[in-house]
Amino acid sequence: MTIEVNGKTLETDEEGYLTNLNEWTPEVGTKMASDEGCELTNNHWEVINFLREYYDEYQIAPAVRVLTKAIGKKLGADKGNSKYLYELFPYGPAKQACKYAGLPKPTGCV
Amino acid sequence: MAKFQTPEIKEYPVIPRIREGAMAGLKPLTAKPDHQRALGFPGELMDNWKEVAIDKMADLLGKYRSLPVFLDACVKCGACTDKCHYFIGTADPKNMPVARQDLLRKVYRRHFTFAGKYFPKLVGAVDLTKEVLDDWYSYYHQCAECRRCSVYCPYGIDTAEITMAGREILDSVGIGARYSNEIIGKVYIIGNNLGLPAPALRNTLEGLEEDVKEDTGVDVRYPVDEKGAEVLVIAPSADFFAEPHVDGLIGYGKVFHEAGISWTLSSYASEAANFGIFIGSYENMKRVAMRIREAALDLGVKRIVVGECGHAWRVAYSFWNTLIGPFDFLDPRYPAPQHICELTYDLIQRGALTLDKSANDHRVVTFHDSCNVARATRMGNKPGGQLTIPRDVIKAVCNNFYDMDAGTIGEATVCCGGGGGLLTDDLMELRVKGALPRMQALRHVVEEHGVTHMAAICAICKTQFAKVLPYYNFSMDQIISVHHLVGDAVVLGAKQ
Repeated sequence: MTIEVNGKTLETDEEGYLTNLNEWTPEVGTKMASDEGCELTNNHWEVINFLREYYDEYQIAPAVRVLTKAIGKKLGADKGNSKYLYELFPYGPAKQACKYAGLPKPTGCV
Repeated sequence: MAKFQTPEIKEYPVIPRIREGAMAGLKPLTAKPDHQRALGFPGELMDNWKEVAIDKMADLLGKYRSLPVFLDACVKCGACTDKCHYFIGTADPKNMPVARQDLLRKVYRRHFTFAGKYFPKLVGAVDLTKEVLDDWYSYYHQCAECRRCSVYCPYGIDTAEITMAGREILDSVGIGARYSNEIIGKVYIIGNNLGLPAPALRNTLEGLEEDVKEDTGVDVRYPVDEKGAEVLVIAPSADFFAEPHVDGLIGYGKVFHEAGISWTLSSYASEAANFGIFIGSYENMKRVAMRIREAALDLGVKRIVVGECGHAWRVAYSFWNTLIGPFDFLDPRYPAPQHICELTYDLIQRGALTLDKSANDHRVVTFHDSCNVARATRMGNKPGGQLTIPRDVIKAVCNNFYDMDAGTIGEATVCCGGGGGLLTDDLMELRVKGALPRMQALRHVVEEHGVTHMAAICAICKTQFAKVLPYYNFSMDQIISVHHLVGDAVVLGAKQ
């Protein structure tokens, strides 16, 4: 599968995750989201940016609890919970947000 | 996202009218060549796959005495036909356990029985063709290896073993399921299914220590790689990563803290799950499990305790001794291995924990028996302990507990719908439909007794339910870890 962004064709896997992490730009995230009928707001970007920062440091997406805590600090305590993250990313913050962030899909019993 | 119809929960469980080919197109993504080779399998379907498959079948028939018995013994009595949750949820007759077995049986008969070699039409024997191979791939990945059907089979035929054989033959000719095989490869490289490296594990556990401190004011530790600790805890990596799993892990830590038992996790063996069993590969099962022995010896622990992970407990309880034993280096006064529920239960019996049951008064709880624990293991020293001990733990920490219908719990428990290596997004339709019998039983206790939460001791069950509960108009947080309930009730500092 491929995705077309700004005239460039990027390769993805069967589920739409970017094959080459280095090809990611914010426009890629926006395009992936809009293809799935999701318009990214600043709050979505807070999550996506945190995922990317964490991934840079640890080579894995953060655990849900690490993510909710970080988002709670950034956006306010009322948003530091998985219910809020599911409002932002209804298909699951770990999987859907990772996809838009250009990160590989988490595997295992999650 | 959902391009399928969620089954309707009727007033009573109904055996569906069969719908031939209802799930014929469904198959999981195949493993990439790299995933296959990392496990010692061919990268892709080979030219002489037919010979290799039959040779592999011969190899398995010789290696596992059960397999020819199961393939020969079936008398087509029909007792199993309505016992599979995937049949109940999908109505596809090939999801009847006997039909699933027959996919392998008909080729076995053609090549390994006198009648099948000379009079194939008389005994339903067929040649192995690409269509048959494709059917194997599809329908051996519509079996959760939960073994419910075997409980009702008068001969005790275990469809799970046939599914495992089918998957192993497929792997041996170069066709594997990506979900399981990619994950096993990650265990070899990083140590767990998630691919969670040691620094990330440490960071996550430090975060938990802060959270518990904030919640309770007590310094409960979540240690990793601590040499000389008494207990090595082998938890499913989902416990580090996902909800509701992580609250169970928090509960384990509180139990150890209160009991004054030193414990540690291992960054090298940071996974309880062993998907080697799902693909029927003894070699891979052994290689995955070996990391645990190595970690236990390296850390110098005296006990190994397994966290809330269903098939892990099956592998540990039923296979570790021959896979990675003997455990003569562990303290003989404790079971080797021991389940976290056994440990907590013993502490409760001895009065070593102070419990405030009212902490769970806002919950009305039921318990989902996980298939591998219920039908393939034991806990404690009495038959059926694997069924009573988790319930006794729950009842010791909760005032409100109700069991679901008898035909759906204990030895007869119905699968969550995501077991056996099927917990992948590309099989979501199967997972939702296969959850129907459990959702039906849950709905009943919700209406009858006001049940608010279903507790479980398996990482797969927890993830599966968190995902499928909303399809049946429940909420995702109605699934809960048993040790979340324990953790909420343990009074910290009471014994000091």
